[in-house]
Amino acid sequence: MQNALFQYLLRLGDTNLILSHRLAELCSRGPFLEEDIALTNIALDHIGQAEALLKYASEVEGRSRTEDDLAYLRNETDFRNCLLVEQPNTDFAYVIVRQFFIDVWQGLLYNALKNSKDETLAAMATRFAKETAYHYRHSGSWMVRLGQGTDESRARLERAFRDLWHYTGELFETDATEEKLSAAGIVPTSDALYPEWIAQINRVAGEAGLRLPATDYMASGGRVGMHTEHLGHLLAEMQYLQRAYPGAKW
Amino acid sequence: MNSDNRFEAFQQYIDSEEKIEPKDWMPDEYRLHNIRQISQHAHSEVIGMQPEGNWITRAPSLRAKKILLAKIQDEGGHGLYLYSAAETLGITRDELIEQLHSGKAKYSSVFNYPTLNWADIGAIGWLVDGAAVTNQLSLRRTSYGPYSRAMMRICNEESFHQRQGYEIMAKMATGTPEQHAMAQSAIDRWWWPALMMFGPHDNDSPRTSNGLRWKIKRAGNDELRQRFIDKTVPQAEVIGLKIPDPRLRWNEETQHYEIGPINWDEFHRVVRGEGPCNSQRMAHHKHWHAEGAWVREAAAAYAARHNTNPVRV
Repeated sequence: MQNALFQYLLRLGDTNLILSHRLAELCSRGPFLEEDIALTNIALDHIGQAEALLKYASEVEGRSRTEDDLAYLRNETDFRNCLLVEQPNTDFAYVIVRQFFIDVWQGLLYNALKNSKDETLAAMATRFAKETAYHYRHSGSWMVRLGQGTDESRARLERAFRDLWHYTGELFETDATEEKLSAAGIVPTSDALYPEWIAQINRVAGEAGLRLPATDYMASGGRVGMHTEHLGHLLAEMQYLQRAYPGAKW
Repeated sequence: MNSDNRFEAFQQYIDSEEKIEPKDWMPDEYRLHNIRQISQHAHSEVIGMQPEGNWITRAPSLRAKKILLAKIQDEGGHGLYLYSAAETLGITRDELIEQLHSGKAKYSSVFNYPTLNWADIGAIGWLVDGAAVTNQLSLRRTSYGPYSRAMMRICNEESFHQRQGYEIMAKMATGTPEQHAMAQSAIDRWWWPALMMFGPHDNDSPRTSNGLRWKIKRAGNDELRQRFIDKTVPQAEVIGLKIPDPRLRWNEETQHYEIGPINWDEFHRVVRGEGPCNSQRMAHHKHWHAEGAWVREAAAAYAARHNTNPVRV
């Protein structure tokens, strides 16, 4: 059970870690100053969530690896984040669509985790759910604004929505790890979140004038460490100092 | 009241330490002086996000990354307060950005230097924010109300930045030999640009006198620079870093440190645009401003159609 919980915490922690890194890349690159600040704010929330989850993961693992060791000294194939969050900031529409998919999912997930029999996880989820509600308000309102804005914003939004869509299936994969934890009342299974997720996506996509892509193909692999090409570059940059100067304290 | 009397009454009002507010009468020159100074200050906050942002994706721990991101976000927030303060003087944000892009408005030259290693992030907090806060503490008493109030909020945050910068420097200066070398390299490169932030000697500074008379500036450049030097030199000693000035010495009589000559040729060269990163910083700002145009247009089109902002989902 401890190993299953460790794996689960890595999935959640890594997803937040990699997403926060992508958002942090946008600092000083926002479309206007207020939005630059908003994106940094959201990045900070996700780093905070990653830190808490990885810290708990390190305690559960019990091998005296710290949360920083987990973030900075694991190899690409040991990362358990979903592929969606490692996708690059192609333009503001990609940033918003990626965030929107995650915000709806995290909202449902954290609300479910509030009732976890694992008290640490339940307490974290309660805090995270509040943050996610703000994130959702931000990304959801941009979905509608871009969808109903100009022809260009609509076209860019459609392209991002179409391109990122096939990374959403992974969010709802349920495997033996989850089933074990779910049977013990610690986590929900991911497939249980899907009906409400797709309902919310449909509602906002409808308001934004988007149609859901007609494709069944869904990418997969994050949970077993098979990532897209993007993650290696991201980690090379993120882990540079820790790798170049082993043992130094910063 | 004839116009001479208006000027006189304005000066008396200022002399009695009252704040000038946006709707008060003010000489055009006072208005322009404030627009120039506040917008330069706002642009400095915003352009200053770039050299620090250069290390966000390589910050060496989760804690370091959080602190750096939060700090840069603060700088963006300062930019916002200051743009808003400048806007009360009858200029729009678009015009202010246009002046930045055309080169009419300046920003602090110190941000035209590169951040080459992680200790530079410490040096910016400790030396650059340290110099800035020395100046800003005196500006809390500036005569223009909105500027003064923005300064009060900003000073609280800047003193926190200075502490976190010093913490990074202290950690590195007392870390591995490689880290110590990075810290020394950082102070070697940032010390003189930080001293130049206070501007030319008062005798050579064209705008100091009007600024002081109208209490926009509250202390001379040299006085503020000296305050910063006296505070900072002992801090460097504590963590074992050398100030890159062979002529630095303590004057027992004046109870101040004396420094060697500042390279004003370099200062004027960088102000003119010929610093290591001038064109890079400006190109970055222009590029991302242009990249964001379609987003701003979409938001404006949506707001015009729905007469609502923000959107509720």
